[in-house]
Amino acid sequence: MANSPTQFSLLSRVLHWLMAAMLLAMLFIGVSMVASLGNYHRLAAIHRPLGILILVLAAVRLANRMLTTLPPFPPTMSCQERFIASASERLFYTLMFALPLVGWGMLSAGHYPIVMFGPVHLPAILPANPALYAVLRKTHTILAYLLFLTFLGHLSAVLFHTLVIRDRLLNRMAVWPTRSKKKTSQIQKTIL
Amino acid sequence: MNSSEPNQLPETSPTALQGAGFILRLMVIGVVVAGIAGSFLYVGGWFTPHALAPATVVDTFEQVNGQYPGFRRNHAKGICVSGYFESNGRGVAFSKAVVFLPGRVPIVGRFAFSGGRPYVADASSTVRSLAILFKLSNGEEWRTAMINIPVFTVNNAQGFCDQLLASAPDPATGKPDPAKMSAFLAKHPETAKALQWIHSQPATSGFADSTYNSLNAFRFINAQGVVVPVRWSTVPTRPLEPISNSSPKLADTNYLFDALIADIHAKALQWHLIITVGQPGDPTDDATLPWPPNRQQVDAGTLTIDHVESEDTSPVRDINFDPLVLPNGIAASDDPLLSARSAAYSVSFTRRESEHKSPSAVSPAEAAR
Repeated sequence: MANSPTQFSLLSRVLHWLMAAMLLAMLFIGVSMVASLGNYHRLAAIHRPLGILILVLAAVRLANRMLTTLPPFPPTMSCQERFIASASERLFYTLMFALPLVGWGMLSAGHYPIVMFGPVHLPAILPANPALYAVLRKTHTILAYLLFLTFLGHLSAVLFHTLVIRDRLLNRMAVWPTRSKKKTSQIQKTIL
Repeated sequence: MNSSEPNQLPETSPTALQGAGFILRLMVIGVVVAGIAGSFLYVGGWFTPHALAPATVVDTFEQVNGQYPGFRRNHAKGICVSGYFESNGRGVAFSKAVVFLPGRVPIVGRFAFSGGRPYVADASSTVRSLAILFKLSNGEEWRTAMINIPVFTVNNAQGFCDQLLASAPDPATGKPDPAKMSAFLAKHPETAKALQWIHSQPATSGFADSTYNSLNAFRFINAQGVVVPVRWSTVPTRPLEPISNSSPKLADTNYLFDALIADIHAKALQWHLIITVGQPGDPTDDATLPWPPNRQQVDAGTLTIDHVESEDTSPVRDINFDPLVLPNGIAASDDPLLSARSAAYSVSFTRRESEHKSPSAVSPAEAAR
């Protein structure tokens, strides 16, 4: 059991789903706020502190990732699939850090105060600089679309394994009760 | 048990689905992924390209005024100033914002003409603006962009764009088409009413003798948590100077900016920050409606402007005077124009900061005279 866990650690699984919800919410808030006249302000007021919370959780998650043992890939995953899965994981981690940092840096370079809530605000992490602001603003959008595409790819792959190959790939990340092997064989015995 | 687990997988989980089941499950995946991608694009406005969006407002400015890369899309012609705000402490009763504690906070600001043409000739009939950034002692900021008319001419972003298009110069005559303007006014009675009110007020001649108004309502929250609707104005200490019909300087395209520069060099200019406290029922969501004249007015302190600079050398050129950059103790009202302004200013800011900057109409040498 200790050598080869069947699931990610509880903290890993909780962080995964919590951050999945936060990142997806962030992507939707981001894409809708730049298109909205009526709700721009309200959405931006959520976008900033939520982004910083994601940055903090990304640091916790990276530390946790480096300290825990991962469950092995199921045998239903080919070499190429394993490579893509590992590469996309690295991309997710990079973007979880890069997007909030670019956002924070962009507001700093744009001479904006970094308002969190009430009187709480963060210091600038870059000097005010128009050209730098322009580049970071564009980068923020490109990285956000890249994150969304990476998410869609990840979702498609997991759904394909879970629904079509039916190898229970999703169980490795489940925070809900799953049928263990033991229970499954008991059920099979009962049926037989 | 662990080592044998992978071998059990094919037994409990069939690896290959056949025929209809396979197709059905692939379709389910397709629907889920396409649904999420579609929702994402939908909220991003991809399926409603003709809906009014922040970029549309800025596009309308560019369409009406032409392209002036590096300049603000509105209030394009301006000069930058700095000084300080001396609070007398009277604002504390209404707002817990630290800017109202007795004492001095530095300010930077910008005087400008409304409109998107950075080299337009000065005219006393053009709407003038004053934008101020208060640098609070705790690191917070308060940004406000005010203009010298008592109420705004429209009450939402659609009206704003319609007005821009209706008042656009006709390429044939170089002047706005009166038929377009009357059609716009017929469709927007609130604008006709606001214009009547604006024209009933005494006209000021320059930047230094003008009162600048927040127009939009905001909310003040004090230390006890009491919320009141407010509007604010900066009222000049110098008396109103009527527009002179025989001004000898009219030939100078920057004559009003030059007068302001000369005034500031001669003696620091001052404005009182007047907070008008609304009553329940006063319109906070419609910037075209004045509040009753008997509302309480609180003089919260004095703005002193003692330094003037060309945009070419001032960092204030690269500040977005977003009216919703507010300190704790000041908050947005339900006026839909506030969020719309914030969104459109952001688009304008991003565009101009991405572009090469051309010299401003008022040069550094002119601002130093």
